[in-house]
Amino acid sequence: MSGMILRLDDVHTDIAQYHILHGVHLDVPEGGVHVILGRNGAGKTTTLRTIMGLWRARKGAVIFKHHDITRMHVSDIARLGVAFVPENMGVFGGLTVAENMRLATRDGSFDTARLDRVQTLFPPLKTFWDKQAHALSGGQKQMLAIARAIIERRELILIDEPTKGLAPAIIRDMIVAFREIAAETTVLLVEQNFRFAGALGQTVAVIDDGRMVHHGQMAELVESQKLQDRYLGLSMAAAE
Amino acid sequence: MSLAVEQTGAPRQLPMGRLLVYGTVGLIALALLFAPFLFPDVRSQEVAARICVFIVLAASFDLLIGYTGIVSFAHTMFFGLGAYGTAIALKQFGASFTSIALGGGAGVLAALVLAALIGLLSLRVKAIFFAMVTLAAASVMLVLASQLSEFTGGEDGLTYSIPRLFSPATELIADAEGKAVKLFGVALNGKIALYYFVFSSSLALFAVMLRIVASPLGRVLKAIRENEMRAEAIGYRVVGYRTAVFCIAAVIAALAGILRAVWLKYTGPEVALSFDIMIDILLIVVIGGMGTMWGAVIGVVLMTLASYYLKDLMALGAEATASIPLLPDLLNPDRWLLWLGVGFILLVYFFPSGLVGTLMDRDARAGK
Amino acid sequence: MKDLNATFERFGGVMLLPVILAIIAFVLIGRPATWITLTAAGLAMGMMIFLMASGLSLIFGLMDVLNFSHSAFVTAGAFVGATVLGWLTLWIAGSNPVLNIVGLLMAIAVAAVVGGLIGWFFERVIIKPVYGDHLRQILITVGGLIVAEELILMIWGGAPLPVPRPEVLTGSFIIGEVSIEVYRVFAFGLGALVYLGLYLVLDRTRVGLLIRAGVENREMVEALGFRIDRLFIGVFMAGSALAAMGGAMWAGYQGLITASLGAEMMILVFIVVIIGGLGSIRGSLLGAVLVGLMANYVGFLSPKVALLSNMILMMAILLWRPWGLLPAVKR
Ligand SMILES: Nc1ncnc2c1ncn2[C@@H]1O[C@H](COP(=O)(O)OP(=O)(O)OP(=O)(O)O)[C@@H](O)[C@H]1O
Ligand SMILES: [Mg+2]
Repeated sequence: MSGMILRLDDVHTDIAQYHILHGVHLDVPEGGVHVILGRNGAGKTTTLRTIMGLWRARKGAVIFKHHDITRMHVSDIARLGVAFVPENMGVFGGLTVAENMRLATRDGSFDTARLDRVQTLFPPLKTFWDKQAHALSGGQKQMLAIARAIIERRELILIDEPTKGLAPAIIRDMIVAFREIAAETTVLLVEQNFRFAGALGQTVAVIDDGRMVHHGQMAELVESQKLQDRYLGLSMAAAE
Repeated sequence: MSLAVEQTGAPRQLPMGRLLVYGTVGLIALALLFAPFLFPDVRSQEVAARICVFIVLAASFDLLIGYTGIVSFAHTMFFGLGAYGTAIALKQFGASFTSIALGGGAGVLAALVLAALIGLLSLRVKAIFFAMVTLAAASVMLVLASQLSEFTGGEDGLTYSIPRLFSPATELIADAEGKAVKLFGVALNGKIALYYFVFSSSLALFAVMLRIVASPLGRVLKAIRENEMRAEAIGYRVVGYRTAVFCIAAVIAALAGILRAVWLKYTGPEVALSFDIMIDILLIVVIGGMGTMWGAVIGVVLMTLASYYLKDLMALGAEATASIPLLPDLLNPDRWLLWLGVGFILLVYFFPSGLVGTLMDRDARAGK
Repeated sequence: MKDLNATFERFGGVMLLPVILAIIAFVLIGRPATWITLTAAGLAMGMMIFLMASGLSLIFGLMDVLNFSHSAFVTAGAFVGATVLGWLTLWIAGSNPVLNIVGLLMAIAVAAVVGGLIGWFFERVIIKPVYGDHLRQILITVGGLIVAEELILMIWGGAPLPVPRPEVLTGSFIIGEVSIEVYRVFAFGLGALVYLGLYLVLDRTRVGLLIRAGVENREMVEALGFRIDRLFIGVFMAGSALAAMGGAMWAGYQGLITASLGAEMMILVFIVVIIGGLGSIRGSLLGAVLVGLMANYVGFLSPKVALLSNMILMMAILLWRPWGLLPAVKR
């Protein structure tokens, strides 16, 4: 699998007694931003959680670089260089911004140059460095969650709907930030905001009802109204 | 799901587990129905009446733990409220059915109010919180009962008389000499009337519970237990339903308490309120099988047998091993709870659905 | 109402509650000397309960396990402590105050170690297989409680066991009309030290950071690359050791102990944890102090309703803040 950093092969995932993913195939090329789109409840979050090891695939394989991570423990997957920014951001509210960031480093110390860059990317983190994270605004929490994922270089960053509930101005900042992040690593992005996703994505996969129904270049999808109508349907139009 | 399996799988294979369960329950029911005639001695009747009441008590607890997935340690508190209400009224206002109705009614009402209060206060937070809150509430009730000794008799409890109809000296059907008529050698006196009062009331309460779990409410509870979030998403008011079940179970436990108080002519912390009873019920339900009413029936009988025979068995064991260090201590009959506890842990590990549940599951699996 | 709330928060928020309670009690009791004695007793009792509660709360916070066997750890600690004190009678009863204190500290330390070992066994054998399944967890820890209580009865018997108190810790400090038992001062001091130690570990070390983060969101800590289950066993052992330590100190305080000691204390411990907020050490301390003070004040004013008053306190706080006063997880 030359050039692919992540591959999902016929992945089936159950949550409790419900069969949620029905054989997901996905190839993520190395470098750049790659997007998964889909309606609410289509299985986007479940796909990311399965990659991260937070749900177990009952059948199929998840290959990261040349490791089979299907049955690996979450923390081992993380140590291989996969970072996860969950839908609810997973910020530790009772810890300060600094402590949140410190936890995201492997040995508890920062590379100062890199920390500077991250703080320039997300200035509020510097302002509120010693403030408890539960007091941050939603957008600031999102910044913190993303900052945790990039404070040290990771191979692959899984991000679940980072623009949920953000103001347009902040979304524009996010686009800038993501371009910079994608310059050094691979981002697998789950999105509902098609404008955001379209601006960033190189490839796109559309999931529906636990199955991938479309793979292709993002440019192609952005160009073609027909493809959009077919795969994204009304829910996307409403989100515009 | 399991229904479909039964229907397709049943013709091929006899559902042995199910037959065994129903057969045993049937036998138990028959034995209880004819208990005064089958086992006329006093002690056996005590045991039979206790089994009747405990089936109701354990089954109502199962409504909570098995059918709704909430763990309460306050079940004996409600049981005790019914018992103490009855006992206090009988003591204060004399032995009449009015006293039973008034006192028992007050106890049931108190149980209902308290259950609603506890439920609304703490069921919305977290299941595990609820276990703690109920434990605290039950402990306080226990202390209250021993401290308000003017009313409750404190640690000694209350002894009182019950309506004349239930007295052994009352002849139900008198013969020519004015003595109670005998049937199969058993005098038809007030004691018999009392037993059948307890038996039929228990049976009625049990039937009500069977009805509840088969009703739409029972199906909602099942949905909640299986996936709370999904149930909430579908639009069920989970807290409301839970509180409702908690109240129902509390009322039934209080009613069982009335039966206990009337039968024993004595109410005290040991028989109506203590944590030993709570542990008993828990063991019964888990051993019998959570989430099935029949489990409660079989569990009660097993526990009762165990409490008599396990001790004897252990005494034998202790004697036989008298020369070996430690073993006699472990086998001391006073330590029977130790072995029950170990058995309980193993059961929760290996057969979490209890005896009845395991037997019935086996059928479902065999049917596949 | 809003203003009142703001003022309340500015002057320390819920941390003010013990102070408010003490002021109300002062007015009701009316005799300063009595009030001081009761306050000291309440604080000492609070500290001992804190030891028992903090372990339970931490274990729950991190692992989502409510350990109903916890009370057996308290009882075990009490009996181990009492036994060791019995062995060291020569030191304890002697007139050398250093040996007195060393003997007591050794008894407490042995109790803590035994508690930790029992905790290790429990976590590995009893609780580990049922992580994540609340119902079975509750059942299994109740089963563990039954077995542990029976074993304690088997080892130490059902008769009450007298606990010798070190010579230097008998008697009272008397200042004017006020008299404060020496043991209470000792208990308060030791409790405060333990709190300080816990605070430093949790606040200043990386393990502490991981524990605090794990209490809030276990999954996320793992997604950041840490094996949280390795932390579990450590925290479980520490929590059990704290319980045993609290039990040993309580034994020394009571002077005569029975096998139901743990179960009796557990009611208060649960109330403390509920009031304080599950998973929070500061919450446990606050709850324990409130409960200790309440028990002593009401115990003096109207002995019969002492326990009831704590129950009412719990209900009131649940109504006001369903998650407790200082929950670990900020929402
Ligand atoms: N814990 C759970 N228990 C049961 N079902 C679940 C659970 N989590 C998710 N599901 C179900 O799995 C399906 C896929 O959910 P998922 O969260 O992956 O959707 P999604 O594409 O991320 O949706 P959204 O855009 O709303 O975030 C949904 O039908 C959902 O109801
Ligand atoms: Mg999602």
